Amino acid sequence: MGDHSHGGPKSSGTVATAGQGEVEKFQDPGLPPHRPRLADKDPRAEKRAERQVAILFVISIIGTLLFFVGYFAIRLDDTIATLRLQNFLLGMGTCFAMLGIGVGIVHWAKTLMPDHEIAEERHEVRTEEDRQIAETMVGEIIEETGIKRRPLIRNTLLGAMILAPLPAIGIFRDLSKEIDPDVLRHTMWDAGVRLTRDPDGTPIRASDVTIGSAFHVIPEGLNEAEHKLEEKAKAVVLLMRLHPDDLNVSPGREDWNYNGIVAYSKICTHVGCPVALYEQQTHHLLCPCHQSTFDLTQECKVIFGPAAHALPQLPISVDDEGYLIATSDFHEPVGPSYWERG
Amino acid sequence: MKALSQKRRHPLAAIALLLMGLLVTGGLYAVAGTVNEAQATTTTYSAQDIEEGEKLFVANCATCHGIGAVGAPEGAHGLQAGPSLIGVGAAAVDFQVGTGRMPMQMTGPQAQQKPKQFTEEQTMQLAAYVASLGAGPAVPEEEFLDASQGNPAEGGELFRVNCAMCHNAAAAGGALTRGKFAPTLSGVSEKHIYEAMVTGPQNMPVFSDANITPEGKRDIIAFLKTIEAQGSPGGLALGSLGPVSEGLLMWTAGLGVVIAFTIWLTQRSS
Repeated sequence: MGDHSHGGPKSSGTVATAGQGEVEKFQDPGLPPHRPRLADKDPRAEKRAERQVAILFVISIIGTLLFFVGYFAIRLDDTIATLRLQNFLLGMGTCFAMLGIGVGIVHWAKTLMPDHEIAEERHEVRTEEDRQIAETMVGEIIEETGIKRRPLIRNTLLGAMILAPLPAIGIFRDLSKEIDPDVLRHTMWDAGVRLTRDPDGTPIRASDVTIGSAFHVIPEGLNEAEHKLEEKAKAVVLLMRLHPDDLNVSPGREDWNYNGIVAYSKICTHVGCPVALYEQQTHHLLCPCHQSTFDLTQECKVIFGPAAHALPQLPISVDDEGYLIATSDFHEPVGPSYWERG
Repeated sequence: MKALSQKRRHPLAAIALLLMGLLVTGGLYAVAGTVNEAQATTTTYSAQDIEEGEKLFVANCATCHGIGAVGAPEGAHGLQAGPSLIGVGAAAVDFQVGTGRMPMQMTGPQAQQKPKQFTEEQTMQLAAYVASLGAGPAVPEEEFLDASQGNPAEGGELFRVNCAMCHNAAAAGGALTRGKFAPTLSGVSEKHIYEAMVTGPQNMPVFSDANITPEGKRDIIAFLKTIEAQGSPGGLALGSLGPVSEGLLMWTAGLGVVIAFTIWLTQRSS
C-alpha cells in the first residue's frame, strides 16, 4: 500500500480533513515476502499432511466401494426400504468418491507442493514489423488461391454459399407446418358425447352431481382413443354444481348448464396447467402454477393472475337415460393463446 | 341417566318428547325421500342422544348457526356468521367437531384444526341432533375405513385425479386463494378422511358416493396410509412441498457449501 503519512491533516482539530492532502503516486509494493508453511518447516507436519491426503483418497476409494455395494449387493424387494437404502448408498458413494479425490488433490497442492510466488512478465506488444509480415502473408495466400484471376471459381463459390443456408429455411418452415392450428380448435367433445368419470370412464347421471360436488370428467370413449393422452390434454373438463341462483348466465348461454350443473375446460388459458383447485364456497377456480383465479359464478372470468381470457365452457344437457351429455364441442379453442387463435 | 329420570315428570317433558318424535319422524321421512347419501342416517341414534345433542348445540353452536341450526341471518356485506346445518348430516358434525375445527376459535379465511373440545360421546350426540334435522351423509361404516382391505394403487390413481391438485401429490397440503389452504392429510384418521370426502368441509368440494364409490374412498384411504407409513423413497422429503423448500435449501445450504469451498480453495495453508 502507498505511504500516506505525508498527507495527514493540516490541523489537529477534530474535524476530519482527510482527502485534502496530496496523495502520493501509488507504488508497486511487489510480492509479499514468502512465508514458509508449517509443512515446510516441520517434518512432522509434513508427514501429517501426507497422511491427511492419503486418508482423503482412501475415503474416495471407500465411496466407490459403497456405490458398488449399493449397486450389486442390494436386492430390491417389494418394500420401499431397500430402494431407499440403495438410493442412499448410490448417492453417498458417488459423493464421497468425487469429494475425496477433489478435496485430497487441493489439500495436497496447498500443503505439500511448492508454493513460491512467481511473477510472469507480460509479453511485449507486437511491433509494426510483425504486423506488416502478417499482412504480406495474407496477401500471398490470396494471390496463391488465384481467386482474383479465376472469376469462374469465385462466382460459383459465391453462388454455393448463398444457396447452402436455404435448406435450413425449409426445415424450420416444416416445423411450423407440423402444428396444424386446426388441431387446437377441436376436441373430442361433440353433440351427444357423454361426460364420464376420470379415470374409469363411467358415465355420470345428472342426479349424481349434488350441490358442492366437483367431478373430473373425460369424454366417453377417451380410454379407447388412438392418441389418448393428446386427446385428454385438450378435452379434460371440470364438472360442478351450484345453486342455479348463483350463476350469472350471459345471453346465448342459457341452455349451456343443466339445473346449475356447469362444465368448464380444465386447461388454464395462461400456459395450460390443469385448473382444478375448486373452492366450493367462494366458487373460485385456482390454477396451481401461476395463481390465475377464475370466478365460476361469472362464467369463469379471470379475477386474478396472468391468464388472459375466461375458461371455455362446455355446453351440456342430459340424454333420455338421465346421463349428462355435451351438446356441442367447445365454442372456442381451449388452453393458452396462439397466433392463429384470433 | 339419573338426571334424565328426575326430569321425566317436568312439565315440559311431554312437549320435548313430542318434539323429538316429530323430528325423528321428519328425519326418517326425509331419509326415505332423498335419493342420495341416505344410508342409515338417523336410524342408529337414540332419542336421548338427540336430546342431549340439542342441549349441547344450543349451548355451543347456536350463537352462529342459529336456534334449530337454520343458520344466522346475513349481516353486513352479505356475510353469514354460520351456515344452516339442516341436511349436512352426521358425518359433517363428526368431522368438524371431531377434528376440533368446530366450535370455531376465531373468524378467518377458514376454520383451523385444534385440540377437540368435545368427548367422543358429546360429538356423537351433536351428530345425532344435526342428523335428525335433515338427511345427510352418515358417519361411515367400519368396513369402508379398513385401509388393509383397500387397493393403494387404484386409490393412488383416484387421489391424483381428484385430490392431488389441492392436497399435493404427496398429500402434504397446499395453498388456495386469500389465506385458505388444503391441509396435509398425514396423521388424519381414516374416518375423518372419509367424512371430509362425503361432506366437503369448508371450501373442499363434495365427493359423494355417486362420484367416488365407498370402495374407491377406501382405496384412497389405503393409498394415504401406505405413503404415510413407507415415507419418501428419495430420502429427505423436506416436507414434500416441492420447489419451495427444495429451492430454499439449495439456494442457502447448497450455495453456502459452494462459497465455503471457494474460500477454502483460495486460502493459504498455514
